[in-house]
Amino acid sequence: MSDRLRAALLIAPALAVFGAFFLIPLGQLAVAGGAGGYTTILTEPRYLRSLGVTLLVAALTTAITLGIATAVGLFLARNRFPGRGTLLALLTLPLAFPGVVVGYLVIMLAGRQGLVSEISMALGGERIVFAYSLAGLLLGYVYFSIPRTLLTVIAAAEKLDPRLEEAARSLGASPLGVLRDVLLPGLSPALTAAGAICFATATGAFGTAFALASRIDVLPMVIYTEFTLQANLAVAAALSFLLGLATWAVLALARGASGGAAG
Amino acid sequence: MSVAIKLRGCGKTWPGGTVALHPLDLDIAAGETLVLLGPSGCGKTTLLRLIAGLELPDAGGQVLFDGEDVTRLPIERRNVGMVFQSYALFPNMDVAGNIGYGLRVRGIPRAEVARRVDEMLEMTRLTEFARRRVDALSGGQRQRVALARAIAPRPRVLLLDEPLSALDARLREELRQEIDALLRSLGITAIYVTHDQAEAMALSDRICAMERGRIAQIGTGRDLYHRPANDFVAGFVGDTNRLGEELVRPEQLALHPSAEGEWTVQRATFLGPFVRVKLRDAAGRELMVDMPDLATPAPGARVEVRRRGPA
Repeated sequence: MSDRLRAALLIAPALAVFGAFFLIPLGQLAVAGGAGGYTTILTEPRYLRSLGVTLLVAALTTAITLGIATAVGLFLARNRFPGRGTLLALLTLPLAFPGVVVGYLVIMLAGRQGLVSEISMALGGERIVFAYSLAGLLLGYVYFSIPRTLLTVIAAAEKLDPRLEEAARSLGASPLGVLRDVLLPGLSPALTAAGAICFATATGAFGTAFALASRIDVLPMVIYTEFTLQANLAVAAALSFLLGLATWAVLALARGASGGAAG
Repeated sequence: MSVAIKLRGCGKTWPGGTVALHPLDLDIAAGETLVLLGPSGCGKTTLLRLIAGLELPDAGGQVLFDGEDVTRLPIERRNVGMVFQSYALFPNMDVAGNIGYGLRVRGIPRAEVARRVDEMLEMTRLTEFARRRVDALSGGQRQRVALARAIAPRPRVLLLDEPLSALDARLREELRQEIDALLRSLGITAIYVTHDQAEAMALSDRICAMERGRIAQIGTGRDLYHRPANDFVAGFVGDTNRLGEELVRPEQLALHPSAEGEWTVQRATFLGPFVRVKLRDAAGRELMVDMPDLATPAPGARVEVRRRGPA
């Protein structure tokens, strides 16, 4: 048996599974939209606006999450103190929560009967409610995106050679200079990877948006409505395919940009 | 440009209570190359990091550069150059980018930076590698980049932390000579940490031998070799024999075949420049003698041992 044939036989099971459970459903989804489905979503501004909002929310979520996770991750990677393990466990707890629970937490914090609302009333101000707005949705998304991003950043930060930072400082670099010239470039592969996962998760997040019954029409909610309430299968399928395609394109662009910057 | 350094009562205790360095005083003259020599864990790197400004001494300790108290001055404002064992080159910059970094963060005009970088590239024979990625360089080249990067901003002191330990023996010797020539031509105050006594002997004006967080002896290489302050120093800067109260180096002894000799040859090991002969007497005492590879006695031969005349 030739090596080539042997290799083909060995990879065949993997290809079969990949085809059966990934390519075929995806192909069917793409076809199910039909000419009508695609024409509808491309001509009806509501759908494209929804796609735009979804990508915007995901991009904002990614930016905020990366900012917080980088600061917290660098701190946790460099400092050892009592309670560090507990803090890390608390910070990663949301990994276990379904999106619906995260949405519920946001309502408890910023809903009509929420903590922020009670405090603002008690202080004699207006009732502050932002759970059902863009801010509430962002808060929820950031909350469940932080754990996985944070763990990636900590792992990468612990692998950075502390001598690099010391060398930069000995050459006169300020703390900000060290961050810009040493830490961020060193973390950039991890930040790109974590950011991609964060962005993809945020575009497809459904539970949180559903729980908040938000005034913002993110695409997963629109797909759900078209599919279950309107029974508009063609449009739902076309939207799903478009969402996948748009996310893939954004991630490919981000990867290209960060690869170019690193090289 | 180069400064005299004084340490006064500088100790270092880690948060867990481990004493890395007992309070000590140290004076380094302007332009001097001082080697901190000792085994791992002796406190030599901690001492270097105190001088660098990467560690703060325990309360009461003072670091003075030309009389100016810099104890509380962070490293980025001390104007020191550092070279690390792991090179610590910035992987996101090319060779010229690394060398020019210290000049760029000081806000020096671009043309001036380029001129100085070219000068450094030439000095360290790296001109053809200016646009090379640092991970495409050999270990020796990387360390030359690190040296050029440290020297480019004209630091007041150059601090080298085991810069040659990651290199293989041949390259180490070559780069050691380059560093030596560089330090002589710059006339910069330099502090060089190593555990290698040959490196210490070759590079130093003075050696500061360290043992368990204390200075065991400070002096020239000759002082340490011929007049070691204690057994630790004697053993660290070369092999020794103990003859009664006296320490004798193996090359200070000579063998003479003699049927009545009190020593028996155990083993003769050819080491290139010389042969090391191990001897034992009836009482079980052992002796090492280094001799030229001419008439090496066979194991079992009886010999007499005499002291060579002063060289």
